[in-house]
Parts: sequence; structure tokens; C-alpha cells
Amino acid sequence: MIGIENIIFLIVAAVGIGLFVWQIRKIRKNVLMGRDTDLADNPSERINKTLLVAFGQQKMFKRMLPAVLHLFVYVGFIVINIEVLEILIDGIFGTHRVLGFVGPLYSGLMALNEILAALVIIACAMFLWRRNVTKVPRLATGVEMRAWPKMDANVILITEIVLMLALFVFNIADLKRVLLAGEEVVGAYPVSHFFVDIFGEDPDQLYIIAKVGWWFHILGILAFMNYLPSSKHFHIIMAFPNVYYSKLLPKGKFTTNPAITHEIKAMLDPSYQPPAPEVDAEGNPVMQRFGAKDVEDLTWKQLMDSYTCTECGRCTSVCPANITGKLLSPRKIVMDTRDRMEEKGEHPAIFAPNHYKEMGVERMETTEEKTLLRGYITPEELWACTTCNACVESCPVNIDQLSTIMDLRRFLVLEESAAPASLNAMFTNIENNGAPWAFPASDRFNWADELYVPSKN
Amino acid sequence: MEENKRLVKVPTMAQMAANGEEPEILFWVGCAGAFDDRYKRVTRAFVQILEHVGVKYAVLGTEESCTGDPAKRAGNEFLFQMQALTNIEVLNAYNVKKIVTACPHCFNTIKNEYPDLGGNYEVIHHSTFLQQLINEGKVKVQGGEAFKGKRITFHDSCYLGRANDIYEAPRDVLAALDADLVEMKRSRANGLCCGAGGAQMFKEPEPGKKDINIERTEEALATLGAGNGVIATACPFCMVMMNDGVKNKDQEESVKVFDIAELIAQAEGLSK
Repeated sequence: MIGIENIIFLIVAAVGIGLFVWQIRKIRKNVLMGRDTDLADNPSERINKTLLVAFGQQKMFKRMLPAVLHLFVYVGFIVINIEVLEILIDGIFGTHRVLGFVGPLYSGLMALNEILAALVIIACAMFLWRRNVTKVPRLATGVEMRAWPKMDANVILITEIVLMLALFVFNIADLKRVLLAGEEVVGAYPVSHFFVDIFGEDPDQLYIIAKVGWWFHILGILAFMNYLPSSKHFHIIMAFPNVYYSKLLPKGKFTTNPAITHEIKAMLDPSYQPPAPEVDAEGNPVMQRFGAKDVEDLTWKQLMDSYTCTECGRCTSVCPANITGKLLSPRKIVMDTRDRMEEKGEHPAIFAPNHYKEMGVERMETTEEKTLLRGYITPEELWACTTCNACVESCPVNIDQLSTIMDLRRFLVLEESAAPASLNAMFTNIENNGAPWAFPASDRFNWADELYVPSKN
Repeated sequence: MEENKRLVKVPTMAQMAANGEEPEILFWVGCAGAFDDRYKRVTRAFVQILEHVGVKYAVLGTEESCTGDPAKRAGNEFLFQMQALTNIEVLNAYNVKKIVTACPHCFNTIKNEYPDLGGNYEVIHHSTFLQQLINEGKVKVQGGEAFKGKRITFHDSCYLGRANDIYEAPRDVLAALDADLVEMKRSRANGLCCGAGGAQMFKEPEPGKKDINIERTEEALATLGAGNGVIATACPFCMVMMNDGVKNKDQEESVKVFDIAELIAQAEGLSK
């Protein structure tokens, strides 16, 4: 029967989903501020990678304990979504446990659901412990781990626990009511069975408790969904497209700028005809910026990276520069990119937590210049990078932190000639001697003098 | 021994072309291989191996120039492409098809970045090349017993390992020595940089608690334990950084840093 409750539910669900779509459109707009890049190649390889790294959590397993705990939450999330589907149908059509008709399969699903929900609670509690009590360094330290990122993580973990508890309240009360009424139990509830004694035996009361649990769970899920775009927890959606569009080339291969190639070819060979420069809609030539100064100089993939970042700090914890106390933190580069993008573009959120900087203590000397470079990321951070790819290797969601660092470095060198003096000396040596050191090119073959090998008899 | 030595005349591409010949491989020496006093010994060891197995090889000699790797990693794309396009012109003029180099930075750049600019070659790092020679039985490592019981730890080069997924070739080469190969806590894909990549080789490190090569050397020394051991490298930058680290720790008497080519040349009795 469809009653007033179902109509209210339908409206609430529609508003929740509508709000989410509205936020996603804002995020899409922000990401599309970036330069275009063609990543449509090799779909089969990309799908494989997505299955392994995103669905299969492959890179999470570089660290066993968090991987297993995360797996509980991840699998729990997927399986519980099947129940959310049932909740939506029940809510709209006034049915009760509508998927119950599949019989034993439903029992298995519900049992699995309960076990996973319990594991999610345990895992989230342990995550809270790791963040707030044992203070795992990569989660607790770093200039980028300001008030908001820390609170965000706790909000998510507590919400997940509360949502699972609401699910149990519903299951326990519903189960007890059914048992007392002598009705047939639809599904199996191994965890709830343990706790049937916590509620009284008044069937009306049990009905209301079950309703409250049910409504709390689904309202919580709708609210949580709309919290995602403001949170690091957005990775549960973005991980999949981000891995799909990740770099398939060898990590050591950096991008080539074709505009520079044409320029050099024309220099080396006066008869070389470079292609006509790109023009915009009005026919004016597009001014190309070398490297990146601000978010719109980065590609949409680099911007998408920053919406995918889980702020787990695995990148920073393996960064040789960071390990040895230099300013560089790859996670900060990614988080700064997101902050700047949302400052320049739109806030995805209904509430805008984009005051990351104001909420924490500023510990890095930035200038007043309102661009990603200098306003957020300092040259000192960039020059500390050894381009070793440890950050890229470590990221569970295939973020390419190094490509952003390199694009910012290129801007410093190509547009501002702002490299450290010793690097400028190295450039001069390469130009003049064909080597990064100040040795004359004519000495290059001297190593071959007086070289002997044992003669074979 | 003295009278059994033969002076090597290292062939250049120019001479080969003049004789209407083409070598099987071009040995790309790299700037460090040509100019760094320590690393010149690696270059010479590798040539001794090439001579020993009788591969038809040549070098560019004074016609070689920096690949542009440090310029590119420092962000100077313009200078990089200038170097790359000039080098490609030389390589293509000699119809080069196969390049072997001991420098992972040259290897990565020529292999991965030159194709975009019109330079397409089969590029092999010397660790892979040596592994092939051992597998084919061309290098037998007769003096392998000299390393018996000695502890060797291999320091992964970022530009060989993470950048190009070459982890096993250098280890296979070391395994042929019959030494006690021990792994550092951070190795292979999780290896720690020596601190020199990304053009750091040519500048002072940014301020911090310590230098990266010291951190890495401490890790290597902890793995080798007390006494004499070998830190094996397969990259000129790594070699410089690890050597500096060992000196910094006053361990240069007991712990030696060698390139894998030097270890093979020693085992084969090709060099001292």
C-alpha cells in the first residue's frame, strides 16, 4: 500500500538524489577548468587496471592491516548497497523486505550483510583509534593535515558507525516483532539474534523502533551521499574513473610539449614549416603557457586526481624528500590543487568547508599571489622533488602527483627563469659543453685511453 | 699477467661508418660515464666485458652529448628538446637501431622520451644486457668464488626500477656471483631514492633534517651488518650518492660501492 509515509519518502529521496546530482555538476565544471588531454586510448588495458586497482584494491595491500580493515568497509559498502536498493523499493512502494522472495539467497545476503556491518563497525572503530589515539604519523602529521581534514576523517568514521548501528536497530526491532508475532522470519540475522533482548516486548514500540532505525539509516545515507563531495570520502566514487584514466605509460616518461618541438625544429632548420598556431573561437591565437602556474594550466586529469585523493598520506610517507625533513609533501600538492580549484571555481557542497587554510595554523611561507604556485605551493617544495615516483607508486587510487610537480617546475623554469642558480649553471654547461658539468666536449672520449683487456690465448 | 694484456682501441661510429660497417650495438656512455672519475671505471669495465665476449659495438665518442635528462627533470623542456633533437639527428644519421647504456637516466630518456621526437631505437640497460650474456653462457663468472659469502645489497635506481619496471635483471646478474645477496628494507618498487634524481645531482639539497643519501646509506649499512660488504648499484648517480654516504659514515674501508658491471668484470678477471 502506498501511504503518506511513502510519498514523504519519495520526496526526501528525490531531494537527496537531486542535491547530489547538482553537486556533481559543480564538480564536473571544476574539473573541466583543466586543459584537455586525450586519455581515450587502450580501453581494455584501462578496464583491466580499474578491475585490479579500483575494484580489486590491489595497491591497498602494500600495507596489510589498513588494507584488511579497508576491505571490510569496502565490501560492506558494496553489499549494504543491495539492502539500500531494497530500502528504496520498500520506502517507495510500502512493501516490507521486498527482496525476501529470493528465499535462501536472501537469507545468505542478509546474514552476510549483518556480519559485514559488524565488521564495518569494528574497522571504523580501529580507524578512529589509529587516527586519534595511536596517531599513525601519516594520518596525524603534516602541514596539510589541518583542522578540516582531521575532522572530516572523524566525521566519516563516526557517521559510518552510526549508520551501521541504525541498521542493526532496525533489524533487531523488526526481528523481535516478527518473532513475537509468530510470523515467518524473512532472511537470516546472525548478529541481530544476539541482541533481541535489548528492546522490550511491546509490539507497537518495536514497530516504532524499527521505523526509526529504518528512517535514520536511509536519511543518514542520503545525507552522507551529499556530504561526500565536500570530503576526502569522495574517493569512493572518484577512485573508479580516476584509475580508469590513470597513466599507462612507463612512470619515467614525462610529457612532451609539441609547441616547443616545432619551435626548435624551426630554429635548427629554417625551411621547417611549423603548423598554424591554435586559434580560439574568435580567431585569436591561443596563448600557450609553458608549464602550470594555476589550476587551469593543469589537465582535467590532474584536477580529477585532487577530487580522488583520500588524504591517506601513503605518498608523503614514502617520499624521500619528506622522510628526510624537506618541505615537500606530495599529498599537500594534491590537496592544495583541490583547495585552489574550489577557490577559483565553485564549491561542490551545500555547506562549504573550503576554509582549510583558515582553520589551521599556517606553517608554510606563501606569498599573497593568488595562484596555485606561490599562493599555495612554494618553489622550495617543488625543488625538493627527486622525481623518484615513490608517491605515484604508492597511491592506491593512481594519482600522479609527480606530473603536477613537474608542470609547476616547468613554469618556474620556462616562464620565469626562476631555477636555483646551480641548476642554471647546469643548463649552461649542457648548452655549451653537451654535459651537465663544465668539462670540454673534446675530453669526452678520454676514458678510452690506455684501456687493456687480458688477451685470449 | 702483464704480457697477456691487449690494448683496446674503442671503435667509434664515425670510424665504422667510414669503413662502411655497422655495429651490432651502440654503447651510449653518458656524461657521467665519460667525465666522472669514479664512473669512468664502470665504463671501462663494461667495455672490457664487450671486448671479452666479442660483441660488435661502437661508441659515439666526442659526438655524444647529454641526453637532456637533467634539463627535462629540472623543468627545462626547451633545453631538453634541443639536446634530444640534436642527438636523434646524429643517431639517425648513423642508422642506429640498438643502444646499450649503463645509465638509467639516459636509458629512460632515450627509450621513453625520444620516440615522441622521432628517435626510435631498441634501448637496453646494461643490467639487462649483462643478464642476457650470463644466460647465454657468454659470461661465465669464473672468478665467482671470490664473492662467496660476501654480503651484497643492491640499491634500486628509481629510473630503472619504478620508472621502467626493471627489478630482476640486476639481481640476476648479482646472483651469478654466488654472493650472499641481502635486500634492504625498502627495495624494488618500494626502494628509496639515492637523492640525486630529478636534477638534484646538480644542486644542493633543500633544507631538511638530513640528506637523502645518508638515510639510504644508513639503511644499506644496517642491512649489510658489520664487516666488509658491497653496495651494488646500476646507476652513476646512485653510485656517487652511495659513495658519499659511505664516506660520510667513515665506512669506506669496509664497505665498497660497485656497479654490477665492475663486479662482473672483476669476477671474469678482466680488471683488478
